[in-house]
Amino acid sequence: MLYVVIIFLWASICLYLLLGGADFGAGIVELAVAKKHKLLVRNIMSRAIGPVWEANHMWLIIAIVILFVGFPKIYTTMSVYMHIPLVAMLLGIIARGTAFVFRSYDAVEDDWQQVYSRIFTWSSMVTPFFLGIIAASTVSRTIDLQATDFISAYIGSWLNWFGPAIGLFTITICGYLAATYAIGTVRDEQHKSLVIRVAKHMIFAVVGAGVLVFLAAMYSGIPLIDWIFGGLIGQTAILLATISLAFTFIAFKKRKAIAARLLAGFQVTMILLAATYQHYPELILFKNEGGLSLIEHAGNDQTISSLAWALMLGSIFILPFLFYLMRVFSKELP
Amino acid sequence: MDDFIAARSQMAMSLGFHIIFACVGMVMPFFMAISHFIYLKTGNPIYKGLTKAWSKGVAILFATGAVSGTMLSFELGLLWPTFMEHAGPIFGMPFSLEGTAFFIEAIALGFFLYGWDRLKPWFHWVTGLIVGLSGLASGILVVAANAWMNSPAGFDFVDGEYLNIDPIQAMFNDAWFSQALHMTLAAFAATGFAVAGIHALMILKRKNVAFHTAAFRIAALSACIAAVLQPISGDISAKDVAKRQPAKLAAMEAHFETEPRAPFIIGGIPDEEQETVKYAIKIPGLLSFLAHGDVDKPVMGLKDIPKDEWPPVAITHYAFQLMVTLGMLLVLLSLLYFFALTKRKTWLVSRWFLRLFVIATPMGYIAVEAGWVVTEVGRQPWIIHGIMRTADAVTPMPGIVYSFYLFTGVFLSLSAIVVFLLYRQMKMVGKLYDVTDPNYQPKQ
Ligand code: HDD
Ligand code: HEM
Ligand code: HEM
Repeated sequence: MLYVVIIFLWASICLYLLLGGADFGAGIVELAVAKKHKLLVRNIMSRAIGPVWEANHMWLIIAIVILFVGFPKIYTTMSVYMHIPLVAMLLGIIARGTAFVFRSYDAVEDDWQQVYSRIFTWSSMVTPFFLGIIAASTVSRTIDLQATDFISAYIGSWLNWFGPAIGLFTITICGYLAATYAIGTVRDEQHKSLVIRVAKHMIFAVVGAGVLVFLAAMYSGIPLIDWIFGGLIGQTAILLATISLAFTFIAFKKRKAIAARLLAGFQVTMILLAATYQHYPELILFKNEGGLSLIEHAGNDQTISSLAWALMLGSIFILPFLFYLMRVFSKELP
Repeated sequence: MDDFIAARSQMAMSLGFHIIFACVGMVMPFFMAISHFIYLKTGNPIYKGLTKAWSKGVAILFATGAVSGTMLSFELGLLWPTFMEHAGPIFGMPFSLEGTAFFIEAIALGFFLYGWDRLKPWFHWVTGLIVGLSGLASGILVVAANAWMNSPAGFDFVDGEYLNIDPIQAMFNDAWFSQALHMTLAAFAATGFAVAGIHALMILKRKNVAFHTAAFRIAALSACIAAVLQPISGDISAKDVAKRQPAKLAAMEAHFETEPRAPFIIGGIPDEEQETVKYAIKIPGLLSFLAHGDVDKPVMGLKDIPKDEWPPVAITHYAFQLMVTLGMLLVLLSLLYFFALTKRKTWLVSRWFLRLFVIATPMGYIAVEAGWVVTEVGRQPWIIHGIMRTADAVTPMPGIVYSFYLFTGVFLSLSAIVVFLLYRQMKMVGKLYDVTDPNYQPKQ
């Protein structure tokens, strides 16, 4: 049963990265494109994510609930030592979610639209950035349980060069996912070319940020290369992701929207797999020694098995319904 | 302000903010479903416009509810890590089911808001109903978690350890039924009176009268039914509290002496030093009757409870008084409404009658906030009643005061923007949603 819960945890993190990521990407793309295309891109993106954004963000809630019910020690350790980046991430979530909805639903269209848009686009960067920092610091061995002063206990626990690099990398991934997702929602050929061009730029940004991540890891003394290329799974995952990139360019050329989306999803899943597999089952690594493991620090059997049942029953209801939602609203818009 | 007080204030503020949007999320989908149903049955375009107008407002409120709820699920850990470390595995069951309910709600909302021209009409209607049902389910489930804090169950507490954990038993704790019932009725009463009051105001201003009358009828009827049931459910709650948290009941009533024929105390200023209430009206025997169904049965007073286990008496007492007073006023208004509906139809359109509803606009929500203060402050000093003290649960991180200031700023600005947006929605009703308006010009 514990493995069921762990799989659900991993899957919801992955789905949040894919779907929530594409969603944050909408704002990032809007921020990244040239001024003259902004309005057009804004419309394309708003129409693409409008129906699904609430559902996309539920994956985060599911992941959090799994953590605090099933792995309370991990949840509370993160809450204590990553208080500050978590709050920053929350502020991003609040500002972005509300700005997006306010922009779409304000009955009067006037200068306020500019204000919402500005908040929306900038906060779209904040959340993935801090999400990246939080993810990075779980494995950076920066959390120091013995620390007594504020700076080393609550700031040193997440601040190094590796974190911001991962944050940047997450931002570019989100942009890439969003642009690829949007290809399928526009009909006009010229608009399609525009979106595809953006998606291509995003790929270069992802690769560039990826290089930065490795440099930052080396600088901060994190054996990242070892983790990712040290095992068969990691090597295979990275290899597959790289090869599939070639197919992505073919899909762009042939304007196969669905194929491009699936490939992008596949690549990001592979990256996440490579990044998490090697130190599994440890989720948090402490400074000096030890860490928190999904196996050893799981809750009692009773709790884990009822959680597993709740998740399985829940997905019977949720998944078909969610799939149908995505299908209805991911087609080209009239 | 010290960090502990700051943490409590931040938690209280976040919950107090979230609950408003949670109530809207539980109730408005039903109002929309009623209006949508009338439209599908009669084809009267006013009801189509009303459903759309409401759904726009609700989308704004929903998003605010969703982000504030997301925040809460983090704040529980950010502010109360020790509590969550032990409580998480025990009271997690309702939260995991609630996750499912939220998810279904969010999906159905996507269908409902964006499905107008894309889905078959009745399928579209059902998606709206599902939004309401799953919203209601999630509200009821999250109350189970709060009820567990009042009435811990499903584990054995031995030498500071939490053993034999049974999440199912924890979910079905003693307090759940009474709290969930009371909360559900409260959501309908509060949202109903708020919505009815706003539409009554627009009728008084003679703006889009037919449109606002349709809205007013749906909201007022639901609100009044809930309001008359509220005291019955409140009585069930009070009897329940008397059994499981005598200290809370005593604080609600500012009841210091343990005595038979215990009086029901109305108003007054509790003095915790002197252990008396000044200037209160006392009705002998009524408290005994309300708490135990027997005028002669003694009710435990605060003097028989160790002073370090007293909740803040004055706050709990005032909050309880406020809730009950507002509850009673709303019952009176509801009875008047039913009388008008059956016997005096002309009242329904008269100005004084509508004005009463305008006055009642905020009352339900104030009662909701007061009610939560009763349960939450009345539970102090415990975070898990009788098991863990709130002071032992707070995060070790210093500087929570700044986090409190920060979130105060966030909530204030969000509230301001939401009010501003709803105002703009109301202003545009004629143009965007009311087909009978000469300026009708819907957005495409
Ligand atoms: C529209 C809102 C509203 C109204 C009119 C009332 N209440 Fe209430 N009350 C609530 C909204 C509420 C609430 C916000 O929903 C609470 C907080 C927690 C809960 O379960 O319900 C609550 C709690 C609450 C409690 C504490 C329950 C507990 O700790 O488990 C009691 C004893 C009452 N109420 C009693 C009453 C009585 C006797 C009322 C008579 C008129 C009344 N309430 C009207
Ligand atoms: C939604 C409406 C609610 C309101 C308005 C509310 C209000 C409050 C207030 C006023 C306090 C501070 C108590 C004090 O200072 O003495 C508090 C504390 C708290 N509440 Fe609630 N509450 C609500 C619901 C809930 C729910 C549903 C839960 C959990 C499932 C919860 C969990 C807590 C916790 C963890 C604290 C901090 C510890 C404590 O003071 O007990 N509350 N809340
Ligand atoms: C500790 C207390 C609470 C937590 C952690 C919490 C958590 C959440 C979360 C994460 C969401 C967002 C779901 C979405 O995206 O749709 C949400 C929304 C919601 N919450 Fe809460 N909540 C709490 C208290 C309450 C209470 C006391 C109620 C009602 C009695 C409630 C009822 C709802 C409802 C109906 C929604 C649906 C969204 C909406 O209608 O706006 N919640 N909550």
